[in-house]
Amino acid sequence: MTRVAVIRFPGSNCDMDTVRAARLAGCEAELVWHRDSDLGGADVVILPGGFAYGDYLRAGAIARFSPIMAAVVRHANSGAPVLGICNGFQVLCEAGLLPGALMRNAEQRFVSRPVVVRVENTTTPFTTAYQNGDKLVVPVAHGEGRYVASDDAVQELEDNGRVVLRYVENPNGSVQDIAAVANPAGNVVGMMPHPERAVDSASGQADGLPVFESIASGAGLITGGTR
Amino acid sequence: MPRYRVKVRVMPRPTLLDPQGQAVEHALTNLGFRDVSGVRVGKALTFEIDRDDVGTAETDARAMCERLLANPVTEDFIVTVGEEL
Repeated sequence: MTRVAVIRFPGSNCDMDTVRAARLAGCEAELVWHRDSDLGGADVVILPGGFAYGDYLRAGAIARFSPIMAAVVRHANSGAPVLGICNGFQVLCEAGLLPGALMRNAEQRFVSRPVVVRVENTTTPFTTAYQNGDKLVVPVAHGEGRYVASDDAVQELEDNGRVVLRYVENPNGSVQDIAAVANPAGNVVGMMPHPERAVDSASGQADGLPVFESIASGAGLITGGTR
Repeated sequence: MPRYRVKVRVMPRPTLLDPQGQAVEHALTNLGFRDVSGVRVGKALTFEIDRDDVGTAETDARAMCERLLANPVTEDFIVTVGEEL
C-alpha cells in the first residue's frame, strides 16, 4: 500500500482533506508536522493547500525553510513523488523544486469556484489514472494563483511536455493558461486546483480522485535508491 | 561592532503585471487624482545589523534578499545601508 505523508505547516488548512482523499483512494496517509526531521518512511509527499505562515512575506516563502523541507528536498532529488497543491505549489516554487512563481491573480480577486482543466501529461505519479486530453472540473481557491515564469522557462516547459494541467478558462491570468507543472524528472508536480476537494461522487465532483488513485497505484514511482 | 540600519525596497519586476498596482491606480483615479499612471506596489523592510563595516553590512543584506526577502523570479530589490547608529 502506498504511504503518503501530508506535510502540515502552521496555517495549512487542506491537510485533513488531503489525508482523507489519499485514504479514500486506498493509500496509507499520515500528517507530518513541519518541524519533524523525517518523513516516516513515506513513499509520496504532498504539500497541501492553505496559508502556511499566513503567506507572510510571500506565499510559501517562509514554509520552504521549515525543518521538514530538507527531507522533502532529499525525497524529491531521489526521484520520489512530491505533489504540491495550491499553497504547496507555492512552496515548491519558492524552494526551487519547480520553476516559476505564483503571483496575485490578474483579476485582483480571490477566486473560489470550480474550473475546467485539461490533462496534458499522464506520465507523472499523480496523473497516470487519467487520459491525455481529459477535461476535469476541480475547484480552485486562491488569491495568488497566477503562474509566471521567464520566457525561457515557459518555453522549456512547453517543449518538454511539462505542463501537466492547463486551464480551459483561465481564472487568474496564468501564462499560457498553465495550471500545473512538473520538474524535468517528472516526479515533482505543483498544481493550483484542489483535487482533494473533488473526490466524492455524492457531491457531484469526483474528477480529482484519479490524482490519488494514481498515487495509490504506484505507477510512475521509482523504486530503489536512497531517500 | 558597529550597528547599521538597513532599508530594503522590494518591487515587482517591471515586465510583470501588478494587479495590486492597478487596483490602487483605479482607486486614485476614482478619488479624482487625474493623470496618474504606472502605479506599482512593493514592500519596504527595515532592520538593524551588526557588522564590521558598511561593505559587509551591504553584502550580507543583499544575501538576505537573494535568500529570503525577495523572489528573484518576480521581484527586484534595492538595499540601502544607513549611517552607523
